[in-house]
Amino acid sequence: MKKLSKGARTDLLTYAGVIIAFIIVSVLKANGGLNRSQTGLLVPICCYIVMAVSLNLTVGILGDLSLGHAGFMSVGAFSGIITAMSLANVIPSAPVRLMLAMIVGAFFAAVIGFLIGIPVLRLTGDYLAIVTLAFGEIIKELITCLLVGVDSEGLHIIFNVSGSKTANDLNLLEGGKVIIKGAQGATGTKTIASFTAGFILIMITLVIVQNLIRSRQGRAIMAVRDNRIAAESVGINVTKYKMMAFVTSAALAGAAGALFGLNYSNLAATKFDFNTSILVLVFVVLGGLGNIWGSIIATVVLYILPEALRGFASYRMLIYAIVLIVVMLTTNNPVLKTWREELRSKFGKNKNKEAKDA
Amino acid sequence: MTEGSLKNMNPPGTWEAGTPPTIKVKKDPLVPVTRTSYLPERDADKTPILECIDLGITFGGLKAVDNFNVAIGRTEIAGLIGPNGAGKTTIFNLLTKVYQPTHGTILLDGKDIATMSTAQVNRAGIARTFQNIRLFHNQTVLDNVLIGLHNEMDYGMGSAILRLPGYWRAERIAKERAMEYLSLFHLDQHAMDLAGSLPYGAQRRLEIARALATNPSLLLLDEPAAGMNPSETAELMENIVKIRDTFHIAVLLIEHDMSLVMNICEGIVVLNFGRIICKGTPDEIRSNPAVIEAYLGRKGAKKL
Repeated sequence: MKKLSKGARTDLLTYAGVIIAFIIVSVLKANGGLNRSQTGLLVPICCYIVMAVSLNLTVGILGDLSLGHAGFMSVGAFSGIITAMSLANVIPSAPVRLMLAMIVGAFFAAVIGFLIGIPVLRLTGDYLAIVTLAFGEIIKELITCLLVGVDSEGLHIIFNVSGSKTANDLNLLEGGKVIIKGAQGATGTKTIASFTAGFILIMITLVIVQNLIRSRQGRAIMAVRDNRIAAESVGINVTKYKMMAFVTSAALAGAAGALFGLNYSNLAATKFDFNTSILVLVFVVLGGLGNIWGSIIATVVLYILPEALRGFASYRMLIYAIVLIVVMLTTNNPVLKTWREELRSKFGKNKNKEAKDA
Repeated sequence: MTEGSLKNMNPPGTWEAGTPPTIKVKKDPLVPVTRTSYLPERDADKTPILECIDLGITFGGLKAVDNFNVAIGRTEIAGLIGPNGAGKTTIFNLLTKVYQPTHGTILLDGKDIATMSTAQVNRAGIARTFQNIRLFHNQTVLDNVLIGLHNEMDYGMGSAILRLPGYWRAERIAKERAMEYLSLFHLDQHAMDLAGSLPYGAQRRLEIARALATNPSLLLLDEPAAGMNPSETAELMENIVKIRDTFHIAVLLIEHDMSLVMNICEGIVVLNFGRIICKGTPDEIRSNPAVIEAYLGRKGAKKL
């Protein structure tokens, strides 16, 4: 059998790890090994894993710091909720509706990502970060103004900028249903999200992101990150590949948002604020920029940690913060880095290489 | 590379091993000819690969380059020399559209490149290296050349994500070709090393390999011998001539090492304060009083 390259091996191990984790958790869940609050964490964890992996595409692979990732999640969540709710009578099968909702969520997030990308990707560094932050807030405010209802005539949408209108102004017919109530957000959503759907979404995300990285497109994206001038000089269309990474990242966040939105019966747009963007960014940075499996592990650990610390009551966020600081310091400490490298070379992996060099 | 005969510098299996299977190599050897007109004789009846007409750029009132008129033959090795700050690298940046010319025309193979971007100019046929090496340091040597081969591959994003047969085929061919480019520069054994970990001379060679991978018809080398020792420079000289003879492309190089310039360039342009002060063969340049003055100053020139 042909020897796999290091990158391909890492990819396969990531898939394998996710599948094994899914099987273990599923078995635990079926045997009643998880209590109610633990089961409730499963879908959000899946969503945040997809968020972290997709943000890693922008921050780690493309190298542009985006602080508005929750905005795309928000677009995906609410377009997904509208899709699933308005099709409730047409398509009885919940998994099919969920899938459609995620596709529609991904589509709208991609469109918004493209529109935002046009001005944003002209910038670099801090400026880009600040503008993405602003766009994230704009999306949040716009969705807060939205009144949406559905009846037998179809969708009714009011864009309530003045704030003077209420759900009654939608003029729904008998049997109609309000889906989004402005600042209150989506209420009365049928929760059709499932852990299996989350697992499938993670796998699809991994396939898209990992295969993209190891293609000519991925190399071009990383070339732009490493040296923009050199990338241009070898004929790479910088704008095109920045946009490709940004829009792909937004679309995946949209799909994650749709799944997230359909996991709660009440969801307000304020959930997807700056804090959420930063939370996902913390997952990415802690897991390692450009490191996909690192993002997954960091998400799981950091998402479970505050819940696991509930016993410490009011000290839990303090402990969380301390853990963050300690992990950051130890992973980036040069002394510990060299120590880890030495450890790695001691345990075989580089033996072949040394033999070849000698 | 230690000293020795020139043949020993190139292990068998690289340049001498005949036509490599996938890189396009022209078979008929190029006979070096003396220059009688402004292009080498063998290129005289063909469109020049590069023609600059009254090219110039102004930075806020300062004429960095002015009235730059040059034609380069399709298989010529040309040199661009001049004292520091004469505007040599600025000209490279104009040719690759990193800077927009304030006036003048650049014709690449007879076509105006005025509306093209840097990336489009590369696809049209100009590849370059940089004075301060610009490699993708955190990526492997092989990946650096694969990035150079980017536009030689044609599969789309869908094929990449779904790993369709087109992806595997294009990737396999590209890897083979990348390894051939690397072996031309004796870098094949370092293919999996990080580009940033290579020694300085090897980084310069890798940059040339990456530029060649974009399949150019004109190669711009910005001080390729900077920081190299004499034996490395001698090898580089051999390589530049071989690149021209193997791929039948034109090379325009900026260099301060006069032995290199005078030995391999067929035509030389001397620049001072953004203006051409002399054009000609190495012999003509050597004896030109304006050139001597530019390099040694008026007093120094009088002493000679």
